[in-house]
Amino acid sequence: MALNPFKFAAPAVFYPLANRLIPWFWTLTGILLALGLYWGFFQTPDQLGGNNAQKEYYRIIFVHVPAAWMSMWLYVIMVFWAAVGLVFNTRLSFMMANAVAPTGAIFTFLALWTGAFWGRPSWGTYWDWDPRLTSELVLFFLYLGYLALHAAIDDQRRADRAAALLAIVGLVIVPVIYWSINCPDPTQCASLHQRSNLTRIEGNILFAMLTMTLAFWMYSFATSLMRLRTLILEREAEASWVQELLNPRGGR
Amino acid sequence: MWSAFWCILQRDLRLGLRRRTEVLTALAFFMIVVSLFPLGIGTERQTLQILGPGVVWVAALLASMLALERLFAADYEDGTLEQLVLTPQPLSLLVLAKVAAHWLLTGLPLVLIAPLVGMQYHLTPTQIVIMMLALGLGTPVLGLIGSIGAALTLGVRGGGILLSLLILPLYIPVLVYGAGAIEVSRIASTDAQPYLLLLAAFLLTALTLAPLAGAAALKIALE
Repeated sequence: MALNPFKFAAPAVFYPLANRLIPWFWTLTGILLALGLYWGFFQTPDQLGGNNAQKEYYRIIFVHVPAAWMSMWLYVIMVFWAAVGLVFNTRLSFMMANAVAPTGAIFTFLALWTGAFWGRPSWGTYWDWDPRLTSELVLFFLYLGYLALHAAIDDQRRADRAAALLAIVGLVIVPVIYWSINCPDPTQCASLHQRSNLTRIEGNILFAMLTMTLAFWMYSFATSLMRLRTLILEREAEASWVQELLNPRGGR
Repeated sequence: MWSAFWCILQRDLRLGLRRRTEVLTALAFFMIVVSLFPLGIGTERQTLQILGPGVVWVAALLASMLALERLFAADYEDGTLEQLVLTPQPLSLLVLAKVAAHWLLTGLPLVLIAPLVGMQYHLTPTQIVIMMLALGLGTPVLGLIGSIGAALTLGVRGGGILLSLLILPLYIPVLVYGAGAIEVSRIASTDAQPYLLLLAAFLLTALTLAPLAGAAALKIALE
């Protein structure tokens, strides 16, 4: 049997698949969240670093870093589906991009919010115009712009395509965020975020952080699929399979 | 192909010059915003010198954004835009022509009036020269990026306010390096060189990529 990559591109075929996947993703989210939080709170050292160590509050890392990663990955995923939609003209890809966007925006906000609470005890300020903070804020605005543009255009097809194009243009910000800590000369640009290196992080902290990241991934899958399910029903409301689904007895 | 470019450029310039008030509004807006800041934050010489570069750029950003709404709107309403999309010439070239005309009408005046603003904020003569260079390199970038947003929001409800949400985040690099160039040239004008080179790099990137995106956006809007 030849594998047809477009088999699940049809909303009618994808809908039951989403139905079956959602409980699994929620279960995995629950398990991983519980494990990650337990490990983060009870199995990790009480402080981070040598002199001038960060005390208990460094544990924000278990939410902050995964949320910041998710904010960038979800934007890339959104752009991927938007580009697939523009190229292959598939309805489901636009819906996918649309379903991912709110989750991405929420993670961006979460990263900024937890960052503020982490910044207060460690840097002495809730907010600073550090390049990484600023570029993350810009990413948040780009998510908002995408959602606002999509909401403002009544014609569904035009809204999809216009928002997709905007998302692709906004992709320039992702590498900027990623490299925003590589400041060539510390006297020129003050970056409060240090360079990070995953191999230098203490094992337990790394484990908890990666578990939380996986939990956030599963959460993103679950919420995006749920939103996608609603979008499919909304947009395909006229299709016969939706009618049958809603009125199994055939009466209207 | 280039004759089409010149044709659109001349047509837009002629149309713009016949409706002079529309062209001058952006300029007047720029001057008023710039003049309001000293009244709000105090007229101390040192404060103004520090704030000047940023204020000039923020005002230029807002003025260029206000003017953008009219970039395609008139042609969209009377159907000219559809004819432009149907022409055999590449649409991105025609978009480039429209943006060029738009910049000559709304961007270039800002560059030319910049020395006046510089004096309002007690900037040094070198800073004023650098400011004109930075504005000259930066304002076309604003127009080019803005044309994508203007095309995306054509005929959309609440287009103006939406345009600002879409476009202002993308303007940030120009603002940062444009204001930075003026700021660092207070000590030595050569310090501004990297900033100006970066602005030039933005301009080249925008020149090559923005018309393509703008043309795609126009096609989506007119489908």
